[in-house]
Amino acid sequence: MNKKEKWPLSPSLESTQHASIKKQYSLFIDGEWVKPSSGVYFPSINPADESHLASIAHANEKDVHLAVQAARKAFPLWSKLPASERAKYIFRIARIMQEKARELAVIETLDGGKPIRESRDIDVPLACNHFFYYAGWADKLAYAFPNRTVEPLGVAAQIIPWNFPLLMAAWKIAPALATGNTVVLKPAESTSLTALKLAEIIEEAGLPKGVVNIITGFGDTGAAMVNHPDVNKIAFTGSTHVGKIIQKAIAGSSKKATLELGGKSANIIFDDAPIDQAVEGIVNGIFFNQGHVCCAGSRLFVQENVAEKVIRKLKLRLKSLYVGNPLDKNTDIGAINSKEQLETIESYIAIGKKEGAEIYQPTCNIPKKGYYCPPTLFINVAQSHRIVQEEIFGPVLTIQTFRTVDEVIQKANNTPYGLAAGVWTDKGSRIFNLTTKLKAGVVWANTYNKFDPTSPFGGYKESGYGREGGVHGLSAYVKLS
Amino acid sequence: MAKTVSQIILDASKVDKVGVEERVARIQTRSVKGTSKVQGLKMALNMIDLTTLEGKDTQGKVRQMCYKAHHLHDSIPDLPAVAAVCVYPSMVKFAKKELRNTSVKVASVSTAFPSGQAPLEVKILDTKFAVDQGADEIDMVISRGKFLQGEFQFVYDEIAQIKEACGKARLKVILETGELTTLDNVRLASDIAIHAGADFIKTSTGKIQPAATMQVTYTMLMAIQDYFAETGIMIGMKPAGGISTSKLALHNLLMVKEVLGDEWLTNQWFRFGASSLANDVLMQLIKCESGIYASPDYVSID
Repeated sequence: MNKKEKWPLSPSLESTQHASIKKQYSLFIDGEWVKPSSGVYFPSINPADESHLASIAHANEKDVHLAVQAARKAFPLWSKLPASERAKYIFRIARIMQEKARELAVIETLDGGKPIRESRDIDVPLACNHFFYYAGWADKLAYAFPNRTVEPLGVAAQIIPWNFPLLMAAWKIAPALATGNTVVLKPAESTSLTALKLAEIIEEAGLPKGVVNIITGFGDTGAAMVNHPDVNKIAFTGSTHVGKIIQKAIAGSSKKATLELGGKSANIIFDDAPIDQAVEGIVNGIFFNQGHVCCAGSRLFVQENVAEKVIRKLKLRLKSLYVGNPLDKNTDIGAINSKEQLETIESYIAIGKKEGAEIYQPTCNIPKKGYYCPPTLFINVAQSHRIVQEEIFGPVLTIQTFRTVDEVIQKANNTPYGLAAGVWTDKGSRIFNLTTKLKAGVVWANTYNKFDPTSPFGGYKESGYGREGGVHGLSAYVKLS
Repeated sequence: MAKTVSQIILDASKVDKVGVEERVARIQTRSVKGTSKVQGLKMALNMIDLTTLEGKDTQGKVRQMCYKAHHLHDSIPDLPAVAAVCVYPSMVKFAKKELRNTSVKVASVSTAFPSGQAPLEVKILDTKFAVDQGADEIDMVISRGKFLQGEFQFVYDEIAQIKEACGKARLKVILETGELTTLDNVRLASDIAIHAGADFIKTSTGKIQPAATMQVTYTMLMAIQDYFAETGIMIGMKPAGGISTSKLALHNLLMVKEVLGDEWLTNQWFRFGASSLANDVLMQLIKCESGIYASPDYVSID
């Protein structure tokens, strides 16, 4: 099937005209746009065509200090503000984001390479919903923590990754503000633009100066934030490697931390599952956002008696995925976020081949310029393969078969990570059996990669600790007595 | 070797409604623009079974519809004709005469359409009559009552016998999915119909709501995909009832493209059963040509 395209789809590009990107971005500190003290700027690149989008300020220790000071200065006022007033500000941020939803979606796609379908239908609406949700909690904290006295922690240093730039900023900022904390946030160096747009929105919403400070830079900037003595709370989403460094850095201090780190999540298909929908779930599990998802269902376990069928259907489905220009409304798989990440993914694909795993990639018309990787399957692998053990963070799926329920539980848990899992079966009792035994923060049943502000998210083991989202997300930002 | 009915039941895939809804919603976010839109619209026109199935059908009505079938909108050059007209058996001979020397086929409903509540002998007779009158295609209905009673063997045998009565005419089997109610039932009925000899499977009679929802069509396309993978034999698909807009037609075509592949994108393998779709497609085509949305009065009603 699909030998020759009889009816090809014409390009259907989202317009970029309404997206205003400045040539250069300074740091947003104490309600002002401040030049970096080093004077150094670095480029933000569009991974879809390697074009230059904007120059971004590189904050150093001095700038971090200024930002933390501003947040500290704003803390007494913000934390003492009547909670319903705090809520109004957060609601206002959410509403302005909604008004600018299309612009935010386009910039997110330009800067990060994710398909416009996802930034438009998932990232931006979810980010807005997080602000709406936590705005609602601001004056109801007594109900979230009955019979306790709730106090904010102080200054929160928040460091977010490049895979969901705006959404992660919302996950971090919204609960911190709702509970009365002030914030210094740093987006990842390759995707700073939507966080800077969010700074403009926060400015427009008229938040008191210094309540939210957004600074940009690299790992050294993040390190300066973590090590700053006047920071009370670290919230980090990113790699397990950096998570460990942060953990060491704050050992012995009174800084509280939540870490949301890597994963190698199991997606488990039983023989009684609705197979066609499970195949969709596999696709959404691993190819959503080019596989740049910490909870991606990157380890597929298929019951051996249906493995052939599942793999055949999966291969067929991959042929109908469009890989290419992220701004095209029909694109399913966009650009890999950066050159470095593409190299990492390619090195893992080489490792998989070297390990002797059977590889499958559909033929795709990949653009000549930009960073792209076709959806990739590794079939007939074992737990002992490196590609099964290590997080690849790309559109690469490893497929193993299993025979019994006990075997798959054991293998699914046989990983240093424990962020998420998926279970596909027609049997309700089996779902509950697995959800209680899988050591993962989130277990999806007959679906995958579903997110909602009301639902807590976080991991076991090397996937980190603390929960974001839901009532649980509030407790990471409060002192209870 | 033909599969037994118990094997068909055993092998029928389970269907998760929520998952199907999500898949369909994703197809509906696809955007068809520019040349692919024009191509898609023309393809849709060429796949229509222009239908009149009313108690008040007359020769006059059928004549007008037959003319329209191959003169959809003569002011646009190079428009295709529709695939077929679909009428009651009593109108087959007349329609056949009206459509001589054209590419348009004549399809006849049969088997005590739409309810199918008649003895098998009557259904066979009904079918043979339509074939003798010159029908190129037969649209039969399955016995939904028997299906819901669990008498799957009966349903299978009936289809097999009608297939035999069809001779050279192609057989479309109408499941009347609105009466089967669950997607699991739709899937099983599709498998039974395909294995019993259907050349096409068709969603609905047009008399029952809901009719051809994308969720139902998707489920049936999956049955066709699985049968092709097992046997290498292509089966056709005909959603009928409720597809009245160009957008919905294009999304249906995209779904066929994604589930089955471009080989199915001809009226040999895909049809729309519709009475009002053609005019909406024509209005869209006029818009693509002129840039202006015309009033519906610029498109003929037949």
